[in-house]
Amino acid sequence: MSYEIEPGLENRNQVPDGEMSERWLDHRNHLSLVAPNNRRKFDVIVVGSGLAGGAAAATLGEAGYNVECFCYQDSPRRAHSIAAQGGINAAKNYRNDGDSVWRLFYETVKGGDFRAREANVHRLAEVSVEIIDQAVAQGVPFAREYGGLLDNRSFGGAQVARTFYARGQTGQQLLLGAYQALERQINRGTVTMYPRTEMLDVVVDDGRARGIVVRDMVTGEISSHAGHAVMLCTGGYSNVYYLSTNAQGCNVTAAWRAHRRGAYFANPSYTQIHPTCIPQSGHYQSKLTLMSESLRNDGRIWVPRDKDDERPPNQIPEEDRNYYLEEKYPSFGNLVPRDVAARNAKEMVDAGYGVGPLENGVYLDFSTAIERLGKDTIADRYGNLFEMYEKITGEDPYEVPMRIYPAPHYTMGGLWVDYNLMSNVDGLFVLGEANFSDHGANRLGASALMQGLADGYFVAPYTVANYLSDHLGEEVSTDSDAFQRTEAEVRQRVERFLAIDGTRTVDSFHRELGRVTWEYCGIERTREGLAEAIGKIRDLKEQFWSDVKVSGSGEELNAELEKAGRVADFFELAELMCRDALDREESAGGHFRAEYQTEDGEARRNDKEYSYVAAWGWEDDSPPVLHKEDLTFDAVTPSQRSYK
Amino acid sequence: MKLKLRIWRQSQQEADGRFVDYELDEVTPDVSFLEMLDMLNEQLVESGGDPVAFDHDCREGICGACSMMIDGEAHGPTDRSTTCQVHMRSFRDGDTIVIEPWRAAGFPVIRDLVVDRTAFDRIIQSGGYVSVGTGEAPEANLVPVGKELADQAFDAATCIGCGACVAQCPNGAAQLFTAAKVAHLGLLPQGQPERENRVVGMVEAMEAEGFGSCSNYAECEAVCPKGISIDWIARMNRDYLKAKLKGRTAPAHSG
Repeated sequence: MSYEIEPGLENRNQVPDGEMSERWLDHRNHLSLVAPNNRRKFDVIVVGSGLAGGAAAATLGEAGYNVECFCYQDSPRRAHSIAAQGGINAAKNYRNDGDSVWRLFYETVKGGDFRAREANVHRLAEVSVEIIDQAVAQGVPFAREYGGLLDNRSFGGAQVARTFYARGQTGQQLLLGAYQALERQINRGTVTMYPRTEMLDVVVDDGRARGIVVRDMVTGEISSHAGHAVMLCTGGYSNVYYLSTNAQGCNVTAAWRAHRRGAYFANPSYTQIHPTCIPQSGHYQSKLTLMSESLRNDGRIWVPRDKDDERPPNQIPEEDRNYYLEEKYPSFGNLVPRDVAARNAKEMVDAGYGVGPLENGVYLDFSTAIERLGKDTIADRYGNLFEMYEKITGEDPYEVPMRIYPAPHYTMGGLWVDYNLMSNVDGLFVLGEANFSDHGANRLGASALMQGLADGYFVAPYTVANYLSDHLGEEVSTDSDAFQRTEAEVRQRVERFLAIDGTRTVDSFHRELGRVTWEYCGIERTREGLAEAIGKIRDLKEQFWSDVKVSGSGEELNAELEKAGRVADFFELAELMCRDALDREESAGGHFRAEYQTEDGEARRNDKEYSYVAAWGWEDDSPPVLHKEDLTFDAVTPSQRSYK
Repeated sequence: MKLKLRIWRQSQQEADGRFVDYELDEVTPDVSFLEMLDMLNEQLVESGGDPVAFDHDCREGICGACSMMIDGEAHGPTDRSTTCQVHMRSFRDGDTIVIEPWRAAGFPVIRDLVVDRTAFDRIIQSGGYVSVGTGEAPEANLVPVGKELADQAFDAATCIGCGACVAQCPNGAAQLFTAAKVAHLGLLPQGQPERENRVVGMVEAMEAEGFGSCSNYAECEAVCPKGISIDWIARMNRDYLKAKLKGRTAPAHSG
């Protein structure tokens, strides 16, 4: 598969020079400011209201900018950040166990298999400390110890306890903190909120983002909004796999539309398959439910040593159990990073050791922990997760080991951004999971919340101000050819979906696309498989555009129409994921190419040839162009990850 | 199993609604209630019909989007669950299931089973926050919060804003939702400076939205998927009375 390669993107990444620990501070000191009396002269568009978008909109509103914030849910409080369970990392070193900004930085870079941009990660580790302060001041009820101080626990991929948590609902509590700050600004009139409104395109004119085109999901009205800057905080694309742990509405449309308007899409094949989810139980299943990774702190993962062992798990004696992670990785044991845990579970199931009615899971067992700590302590730590598990499976995890299996969960890839979180399109900023920047090829647990809030509260408000300062006095308006053209294209697309009037539902196409993507571009990828997948995806896409049936009209609440637009974009994304996975002839983090593994089955990186960010540029009638950002490591030395 | 579904259909807010009967076959016990509706909708689309609109998103009981009265019970027959956490193993072959939207003056129906719950957001806007700008926060461990207190605040803070409390209340009252937020922030030291203005602002916003008044039916607590206690309502009433006696008013809009 041939495509053009354009090197040199590293020269445009705006990463400052100097000592790693001084870079962000120094950069901040030299960013331009907007004076308080001028801020209200700027209109800023924020798409998405999760941790990144909610935090950014609230912060920019508080600062005095005119903010318009959009979300597809009926309330900003429902953004998918709400479902994050486990916790949020911060280098507070409250436990005096040797943690530091440096160590959090190093572990995040290492966890990402040395495929993240070093300077961004260091900044993330630096501001992690401020996030906890901010959240506590907002009234986020983190877990506390009897002395009244904040409690911490350890999490996968880390050897210190630096994770702050609110039972198993950390994402909910942090999001409500940001949501409440946002509602306060709505009340003050600095933020105008547009719920049940979906962004369908970004307007780019003369190389700059000028605004967006949205659809009111209740009336179907399509309208344009102009701003001095546009911020996409629209989450990840795991739903390309159909079955994932994401909410049903999560989609790639905002990012993909921006990509088609010129924004580079970076590392799309870096997807994270979460190791601890409830295995699939049947055909009509619409999502997979995650059981927080924090469970691996106290749960022990095993399968029977004998494939044909029919005994209930509690009757299988210790010597007949294979605690495969503890045996293979003695120093990290059950706390190996997610990609390692996921691949090992797949290996066990593929080799015939799977447990449960469909033999598609492995055990996660709490009996040792309950014996050691007591049922109350375990209930205190994981009570709501155990309850959730029981509701779904009808089994009580206090008595019977949980069954778990990996599921798509998070996407490290996303729109390319520079150090200022701005894409290659001027004025188009991308925050949180929607960008590619901090997690490299694999994200460590409890760092998604950290990144969303870091971007929203503590990075973008500085860098967006810096961008705006150059545009003081410029009028923005939707009254331009670019807006009219984009709006017309959005309308045509809606009409086209409705006009096909085929025979198959949107969901049936989405399911099939998901199966192909999971099979060929999931936990393990091969050259032949990826090439085959591209063909299948194209065929399916063609069928979709000729045979999909979208009921109803464009002028009403129409969930089928919403889904059609999202699935149409997932087809194009899925193809790009496969192209990216084909290009990357190495294994790194969540991208595991079967051809590139060590003798004992570990990912084999190729730093010499693949230490780059693959940022793809859309072309209308030819293959995408690969823009390479070479990664250089000044502060750390890339090493082969080893968790043994 | 084979089911009869009696579902409320209403094309838009201003239109009249009515019940329409559907039959659905081959429903298995392990599918969730919403997956059962997905099955129905796929069949409706394939046969040229009009699929049923309903709110849903996370499908794991935390976003608070899903909202249905199932046989007269908010979120259906499973205790401490949202609609998305109800599984069809709770029903039997041949059952007739009546499915309606939340019904309350404060929640107008938008279409079929979808209602407008933005009133909840406006209640939060009227004081359901701590006024702390980004960057103003002191060091997190500066103010200790006893574990018991933090746990209580957490219990109140787990509200998902689904509105089941309002839907189940014979008066359509929003006291449980409002009281949970008043308690969450009012228990913590960080929430003390604004405690009195907050409760006045939120209670008055709640009344202005057209929700009914509380007559202690306790139906709200019974259907709350997060098990939020009506004790918080008593606490809110006490807080409100104290604040009013001191002449407190809603928080200033200018922040």
